[in-house]
Amino acid sequence: MNVPLLSISWLLPVAGAVLLLFVGNADGRRNGLIRWLTLAVSIAVFAVTLAIWASFDAASPEFQLVERRAWIPAFGIDYYVGIDGISLLLVVLTGFLTPIALLSSWSSIDRKVKEFSIFILVLEAAMIGVFLSLDLFLFYVFWDAMLIPMYFLIGVWGYDQRIYAAIKFMLYTMAGSVLMLVAILGLAYLHMAANGSYSFDLLKLYTLDIAPNTQFWFFLAFAVAFAIKVPLFPFHTWLPDAHVQAPTAGSVILAGVLLKMGTYGFVRFAFPLFPAAATYFAPGIAVLAVIGIIYGALVAMVQPDMKKLVAYSSVSHLGFVVLGICAMNVQGVQGAVYQMLAHGVSTGGLFLIVGMLSDRRHTRLISEFGGLKKVVPRLSAAFLIITLASIGLPGLNGFIGEFLIMLGAFRWDPRYVVGAGLGVILSAVYMLWMFQRVYDGTVTHDENRTLPDLLPHEWSSVIPLCAVALVMGVFPAVFLKPMEPAVTRIVERLQNTQTLRVKNEMQNAKFKMQTIRASQQVGEQRDGVHPIVP
Amino acid sequence: MFNSAFDAIVPMTCVTLAALACMGAEAFRSRGERMPIAGLGIVGLIGAAIASALLWNRNAASFGVIVADNFGLFVTLVLVAVGVLTIMFSSQVVNRDGIPAGEYYSLVLFAIAGMMMMATANDLLVIFIALEILSLAVYVLTGIRREDPRATEAAFKYFLLGAFSSAFFLYGIAFTFGLTGSTRLDRIGSYLAAQSLSDNPLILVALGLLLVGFSFKISAVPFHMWTPDAYEGAPAIVTGFMSTGVKAAAFAAFARVFLSAFEPFSADWAPIVWVIAAATMILGTVVGVAQTNLKRMLAYSSIAHGGYLLVGLVAANQVGKAAILFYLAAYAITNLAAFGVIALLGSRDQANDELRDYAGLWYSHPGLSALMTVCLLSLGGLPPTAGFIGKWYVFSAAVSAGYYGLAIIGMLTSVISVFFYLRVVVMMYMQERGTEAPKIHVTAVSMAALTVAIVAIVYLGILPTQVLNLAAQSIATIF
Repeated sequence: MNVPLLSISWLLPVAGAVLLLFVGNADGRRNGLIRWLTLAVSIAVFAVTLAIWASFDAASPEFQLVERRAWIPAFGIDYYVGIDGISLLLVVLTGFLTPIALLSSWSSIDRKVKEFSIFILVLEAAMIGVFLSLDLFLFYVFWDAMLIPMYFLIGVWGYDQRIYAAIKFMLYTMAGSVLMLVAILGLAYLHMAANGSYSFDLLKLYTLDIAPNTQFWFFLAFAVAFAIKVPLFPFHTWLPDAHVQAPTAGSVILAGVLLKMGTYGFVRFAFPLFPAAATYFAPGIAVLAVIGIIYGALVAMVQPDMKKLVAYSSVSHLGFVVLGICAMNVQGVQGAVYQMLAHGVSTGGLFLIVGMLSDRRHTRLISEFGGLKKVVPRLSAAFLIITLASIGLPGLNGFIGEFLIMLGAFRWDPRYVVGAGLGVILSAVYMLWMFQRVYDGTVTHDENRTLPDLLPHEWSSVIPLCAVALVMGVFPAVFLKPMEPAVTRIVERLQNTQTLRVKNEMQNAKFKMQTIRASQQVGEQRDGVHPIVP
Repeated sequence: MFNSAFDAIVPMTCVTLAALACMGAEAFRSRGERMPIAGLGIVGLIGAAIASALLWNRNAASFGVIVADNFGLFVTLVLVAVGVLTIMFSSQVVNRDGIPAGEYYSLVLFAIAGMMMMATANDLLVIFIALEILSLAVYVLTGIRREDPRATEAAFKYFLLGAFSSAFFLYGIAFTFGLTGSTRLDRIGSYLAAQSLSDNPLILVALGLLLVGFSFKISAVPFHMWTPDAYEGAPAIVTGFMSTGVKAAAFAAFARVFLSAFEPFSADWAPIVWVIAAATMILGTVVGVAQTNLKRMLAYSSIAHGGYLLVGLVAANQVGKAAILFYLAAYAITNLAAFGVIALLGSRDQANDELRDYAGLWYSHPGLSALMTVCLLSLGGLPPTAGFIGKWYVFSAAVSAGYYGLAIIGMLTSVISVFFYLRVVVMMYMQERGTEAPKIHVTAVSMAALTVAIVAIVYLGILPTQVLNLAAQSIATIF
């Protein structure tokens, strides 16, 4: 089969966006048409991602459905895309969440609907492109191109502080990523020095032998870019602003997919490209991750604003993912990837439902609600399911990932698991406490008595999310299996370096011992202590 | 029938003839008669473009002082693009502001002829003459709106400082001639390579004076003082023309002089240019952040872009030289289009170039603001635009020459610059306009020019291979 599925998966939304450009919508007359058209395109993209999954060979660790064309030959830059088990699932997640994000804004976005739809589709294309790229230059282009639509989504359709949040989001992310660009250029130059030609081909760069000192700096440059995106503890301050100010669709995509790009970057680029530096930095990053887990949970607990609470919970949950990656064993990394998917579904769902409430009441303050269970029972039930999924209740999606991560981390260093375990407990505290305050008890505000329950388009976004949360909890093998070979390969690569280093050190030590012994012998001779000569 | 000694000057001759034709047309125009004077200019420029294409790869030389090598021709083509776009944008502005058409267009064309001469000159004195030709035309263009006191002030400042820098440059030439006995770049180069003058302080004086002269023209820190005032005072479209054409020509000559004749002394000048480049990038962006006038902001941004070009010069390897050419092309088109938008939004009595004038532009002029956004993103170096490829190219040159520090400074300043480009975007898209939006009529010609520029920006951003290869070929011929 020679259908270029991967190219189609990101070109289709671009084509949809271009098509929308030509739909005249001067006074909002065609809003309905535009909404349906965009939804149709995004569902078609989801179908394409599922087709990719169907034609994916789950047993192979290699990159599949590879397409490669020369792009800028003078610099060895190719249009080079392919997927392995890790990127496959993230692409499917992107395809899955985009229609849901569109549905979430079905009635709440009524201004400049055409432009909104165009930006969402361009964003989807760029996100898929990031996961597909096997050429670092191509990756960087998608990575940066993604910022522009997100910036507009926050800045134009967001809440009151939207401009501040949009600029902060853009500058934080760019500041990180330009340093990564320097490192990418440096890598290409190293390839030039070693092999006589520039190359941005990830697989070729994997095989480069990079001096530890260089690895140190390059890893830092990559790690800062990804740490900002994740966001890892001290780099997280853009996230609450961006999340809270973004429109619901923006939050869903931001939490669901964009944050995963940071962790994906760690798994795909930073760790395997610079294994020695990764081994060196992993404990430090893991400490930051654990701090993030606990700090995010504690700050989430005291938030009066539901959206901010969910935003800080993301900081906490993403800390788990980073911890799993740092463990650098199969369980840890597999758990991390699984948690990326699970967090995408459950936090996407949380933002969705918080968005529904804030559309109804135009406030997101927890204190403005209470007793909603009686008013909107179906919405409450959906919220409960997603909440439990987010906490990590066995049988729902959050459990598997966290469990695997902690298993992996325990094998590496049990001390981290203590902190992470505390985070699990805290997450139950803040989520259930919020649920209790919003839904339990008596109705405290009269305005809340007449809130409508789930509307048809809301049903259509809530049901798939809950269903996927359940499926991921009950049948984890469906998702774990395709990613396993790819994860194993990355982990083997990392562990080889570790053992190699250990071996080298041992050899060095042996050599040192030998030289010491030899010099001792020489010294003994010189000192006049004569060995016995037969 | 045609002496081949004249081949190399055909492009600039075409432009000069067109300029003379414009003058003649204006002289014979009866009052109120409409004449397609701008069209004459376009014809001349297209002639220059065709001539350049025919001269490609031929390395023609005229009188030993003008060489139409690929490097010069590449810059010539960029200048043709600058000229065509300027004239297309101007057609509306000239009518609107009552600028005398014949004088305006012939000055633009004379300036372009001077720029082309500068880009292809192989002799320091010819470079100086070219510099004066283009400078005089641009001084007048800056103050062409005589009734506007700000424009007059800008022209005067520009003229004084420009004359000052010319003197520096001339001194540099004198010293060089005194040391090497020639003003021809190839002879200077071979003389310097053969003799060891490295312990002669006079060579450093000559180098320094030439450096100052060029730095003035490309408005590098600390010789940038005139730029913001001149750029703000001049009519927007003239500013666009100055900030692209003059810079392109000056950079071409700068690169030619320093990378061919003075190449043996690169160990002496590279550290100085390193510092100038870093200072230019930092000052251009940091001060740009504080501006509230869009023209002034873009003036600082164009200072910063001069710094990025200098990075390519410092790197001085094959990648760096080609990067300068590509960056020049990308920057010229982008910056000119951005100033074109500013020019289109102005009116006869009101410039409308304050940042707040752009509030809510998206709601009144969605197309125009979308095009402006593409320009700003390209200036900020975001993919998929020409500016991104240009920045990437320049910094890869720096990295491959081992200048990691310069690359990091450049990257960080470009993030800061994104901040102020985004302020414009914020204004256009995210702010509501308090007062009634001014009525702007955009003619088909201007819109066509903008569209062409935007298509070029995106094309260079997505499929840069061809132009990159051209740039690489161009530098292969001389350095």
